Amino acid sequence: MRPVSYSRVRDVATAIATVTADAGAAYLAGGTTKVDMLRIYAEASQRLVDINDLPIDHIEVQPDGALRIGAMARMNDVAMAPLVMERFPVISEALVLGASAQLRNMASMGGNMLQRTRCTYFRDAEASCNKREPGSGCDALTGVNRGHAVLGTSKHCIATHPSDVAVALTALDAVIHVQNTGGHHAYPIDDFFLLPGGTPQREHPLNHGDLITAIEVPALPVGRNSLYLKVRDRESYEFALASAACALRLENGVVAEVRLALGGVATKPWRARRAERALLGQPATRESFARAAAEEMSDAVARPMNEFKIELAQRTMVRALETLAARGDVS
Amino acid sequence: MVASHLPDAVQGPGPVDVVLNVNGATHVVRIEPRVSLLDCLRDHMNLTGAKKGCNQGACGACTVWVDKRRVVACLTLAIACEGREITTIEGLAENGILHPMQKAFLSEDAFQCGYCTPGQIMSAVALLAEGHAGSDAEIAEWMSGNICRCAAYPNIRTAIRDVRDGVGGVGSAAR
Ligand SMILES: Cc1cc2nc3c(=O)[nH]c(=O)nc-3n(C[C@H](O)[C@H](O)[C@H](O)COP(=O)(O)OP(=O)(O)OC[C@H]3O[C@@H](n4cnc5c(N)ncnc54)[C@H](O)[C@@H]3O)c2cc1C
Ligand code: SF4
Ligand code: FES
Ligand code: FES
Repeated sequence: MRPVSYSRVRDVATAIATVTADAGAAYLAGGTTKVDMLRIYAEASQRLVDINDLPIDHIEVQPDGALRIGAMARMNDVAMAPLVMERFPVISEALVLGASAQLRNMASMGGNMLQRTRCTYFRDAEASCNKREPGSGCDALTGVNRGHAVLGTSKHCIATHPSDVAVALTALDAVIHVQNTGGHHAYPIDDFFLLPGGTPQREHPLNHGDLITAIEVPALPVGRNSLYLKVRDRESYEFALASAACALRLENGVVAEVRLALGGVATKPWRARRAERALLGQPATRESFARAAAEEMSDAVARPMNEFKIELAQRTMVRALETLAARGDVS
Repeated sequence: MVASHLPDAVQGPGPVDVVLNVNGATHVVRIEPRVSLLDCLRDHMNLTGAKKGCNQGACGACTVWVDKRRVVACLTLAIACEGREITTIEGLAENGILHPMQKAFLSEDAFQCGYCTPGQIMSAVALLAEGHAGSDAEIAEWMSGNICRCAAYPNIRTAIRDVRDGVGGVGSAAR
């Protein structure tokens, strides 16, 4: 790790002014991505501005029923908050199934949105990687790409987005609140995460100095009947090969409302809109679930080692839907 | 408070005095801001209990507590711990008497090479305080951040159950 300078800030305005004024500065939250990135030279900040003391760690319900999570709220604290467990089990489960207890005590919700891909070539300074060094090529295309994406890829990058909770938040139409020296911006989560296209180095619309202050989840009764299903090489402390965030409401055995998003198979947290459309009004049977899942994956593009993900993603969706359907019409 | 410790003052990148509270005692170490809590403990404070396995958050050998919460010291910057309370495996025994979890690890043979053990014990004591040791499955899930290359997992779970249930004379749960 190269030398860095450090300062701790206590209020949001100072934090934003400090980072905005210095092109080499970056926010330091839990550090579980940032310290790792600096140590492996994948990022090169010269100054860290510690935002752990900022008063933006609330987890509360708004008057309109929306859930507001402060950017500095820790993954474990959000996962274990009774109102999150009750209203949005999919958020709680996605958090608990991510990282480890220690990392979740450190990691913030804002930092989670900005974590970097686990693509091994991105992490390896010797490799060609368009995300780390734009224009240098992508070693994953011809290398070990078993863990890589099959949806939303481009010829420049096929890295998966690693976050679990962002998948749950995508299914629920969360909004990311950002502040900068010019004011406040609110990004629907699906617009926040960018497809790689020709610019895989650009993963989100934030500019230097923009601070995520909160994540808001709209009041959504169907959220109470939701789950996160994560399939991986080992049962815990591992990133997803395929995952599904799902919320479901049936009326007389027919799908009346559904939310579905995928992790582990796409270059961004992937809202499965095709599957959702195919499910609405259909009987809650294995056959209609499988048809919708196949529809979602119909233009997936596999590489030699990750073709299995196309089938795995479908099975993951079907199992998530079946599990929720079996719980009945609870909402 | 000295000027360099005022909130917005920029410190480093060269060595600066950092005041740390470790195991109840105050220490001043002269380190660069980039130094991790793990390297600070091991290389600057002679507290070598916390181990360096991966240095990237993936193994848990470096687990310590910051303000009573278990964290990985390899991804924590020491300077970011100023004003916080750090506890390491060296601070677990009281007046020379081992913590019940340390005793249980000994009596249940919950280790082979011992490299992961300080991290396992710091995690295990926190696990009981968090209330995540209800079943073996819950213990396994909430202890998954501590990898054991020797695969002593069954004995580690037994030691945790012993302390949880107060069996084998190791006393009751976390203090
Ligand atoms: C071994 C390991 C396993 C993991 N497994 C999983 C997993 O299974 N699932 C999963 O979802 N995640 C996993 N993670 C990733 C982890 O969840 C993220 O590293 C963490 O959420 C990042 O949050 P942080 O507070 O530590 O961010 P930091 O590391 O402090 O910051 C990350 C980035 O965000 C910026 N930043 C931080 N906060 C803000 C803000 N409020 N506004 C603007 N910019 C900000 C920082 O400048 C930095 O660039 C794993 C990580 C490790 C090391
Ligand atoms: S897949 Fe993306 S992150 Fe991985 S090497 Fe290719 S360009 Fe880099
Ligand atoms: S050395 Fe810190 S987690 Fe491995
Ligand atoms: S006892 Fe050897 S690594 Fe756990």
